[in-house]
Amino acid sequence: MLIKLLNGGEEVTIQSMFRSFINKLCFNNLSCGFHTSASLNEVQLLTRLRVVDNSEIGKRAMAEGKPPKVICVYNKKRIGYIGDRVMVAIKGQKKKGILVGLKQTQKVKVPKFDSNNIVLIDDNGTPLGTRIHVPIPTILRTILKERTHAKGADYTKLLAIATKFV
Amino acid sequence: MALAIRKSTFSVLATARCIVPREFRSLSSLPETNEDVAQDVAKRSTGRRIRFQNPALEYRHVYPEFLPDPNPKWRNTLREKMERADMLKRRSQIDIPEFYVGSILAVVISDPHAQGKTNRFVGICIERKGCGLRAEFTLRNVVDHQGVEIRYDLYDPTIQSIQIIRLEKRLDDKLFYLRDALPEYSTFSFDMDPEILPEGTPVPVNPVQVKLKPKPWLERWERQELKGVANIEEHLKENDRVRRELRKTPWEKYDLMKQYRKTIPAEDQNEIWGEVHNQLNQLKLSRKKMFKKRPVTTPKTQLA
Repeated sequence: MLIKLLNGGEEVTIQSMFRSFINKLCFNNLSCGFHTSASLNEVQLLTRLRVVDNSEIGKRAMAEGKPPKVICVYNKKRIGYIGDRVMVAIKGQKKKGILVGLKQTQKVKVPKFDSNNIVLIDDNGTPLGTRIHVPIPTILRTILKERTHAKGADYTKLLAIATKFV
Repeated sequence: MALAIRKSTFSVLATARCIVPREFRSLSSLPETNEDVAQDVAKRSTGRRIRFQNPALEYRHVYPEFLPDPNPKWRNTLREKMERADMLKRRSQIDIPEFYVGSILAVVISDPHAQGKTNRFVGICIERKGCGLRAEFTLRNVVDHQGVEIRYDLYDPTIQSIQIIRLEKRLDDKLFYLRDALPEYSTFSFDMDPEILPEGTPVPVNPVQVKLKPKPWLERWERQELKGVANIEEHLKENDRVRRELRKTPWEKYDLMKQYRKTIPAEDQNEIWGEVHNQLNQLKLSRKKMFKKRPVTTPKTQLA
């Protein structure tokens, strides 16, 4: 194979091969000391989210290019998964919301979205908007039903304003 | 008489031995390149006999999940055999069609969370991976301007049907760059009509080149030598080009050992395909019968 290469006059490729090989030997240990694995895209403190309902505050925040930031995820791990309740800082206010779509790799048959989506709710679980313009994962039905208790907040109202399920 | 027969069988074996090593290099389970296609086409045109002698040439692309993972740590012949039997059993229950990365599929699953208890999703297959019963594929679509991807297990018992809407290949093995491409390249309506290819035609390759959105990107696409991306150079800076040159590994295509470790050897493949060949053929025939039956059932005219 090498002989073929030499005969073919591909000296340039060999040179570049050699150069990059040397670079790999020398620079990998020196300059690239940090870990470069793929990001997990977890929703955690200070993650920027996208408001997908048509609530006034959410629409204005998204239009201004100041998407809300997570300031608390209400579970023990403090990492948000689908259907989790989060508190966000949006236009100088504190609002609660429910995660309705994540960028993170999901389980089989659960959709993975291109953005981290959130629907704003108030303390009783009533959504601030009247429509959700993006598809909602069907698994959210079961998750939100489980989270709803008879005398606590009713999160299933969110499902009623969804336009499409995937 | 007996001697003659023995002799003839011996000669057949010898010729087979001669053929096998020559075909060895093209027997990878990886998606085929253009040269590969040309070779296959040439072989098909030379005669039927060769194709029947070595079904691996045809099957390794159509049923890639029947080949085990080449990593010797994970090989277990007994488990692989049982998995293959289970896969064939599942295939006799549900029609799992031939599809490739780049094909557009419609998958119906029974979903306990959905209102009608079934859930249909249409999308372009951007990835196919896994071996045996763990084989999975990912569909991508843009619904209401929102990119959605769903991963399915191919042998999931909750899958009710897999329908091919458009059978085609793309220029790359994985289409993750669609996540960073303009949304129109991964937008497909849910009520698309299935396009039926005439029988016997090779699977068409769609040469469409997508346009990427400006940076930031999810991956460094410029380093991956993608063929299906049109405007990658526009978005690069000088530094990106320098880094790409430094990171290039042009020797890897000559690394025979690496190629060998990534693939299942021809002898093993022949054994596997010999084992499942009959049943796969039967399934194919029954599917053809179903296909022929389909046009006969014309919609009933409603009486006023």
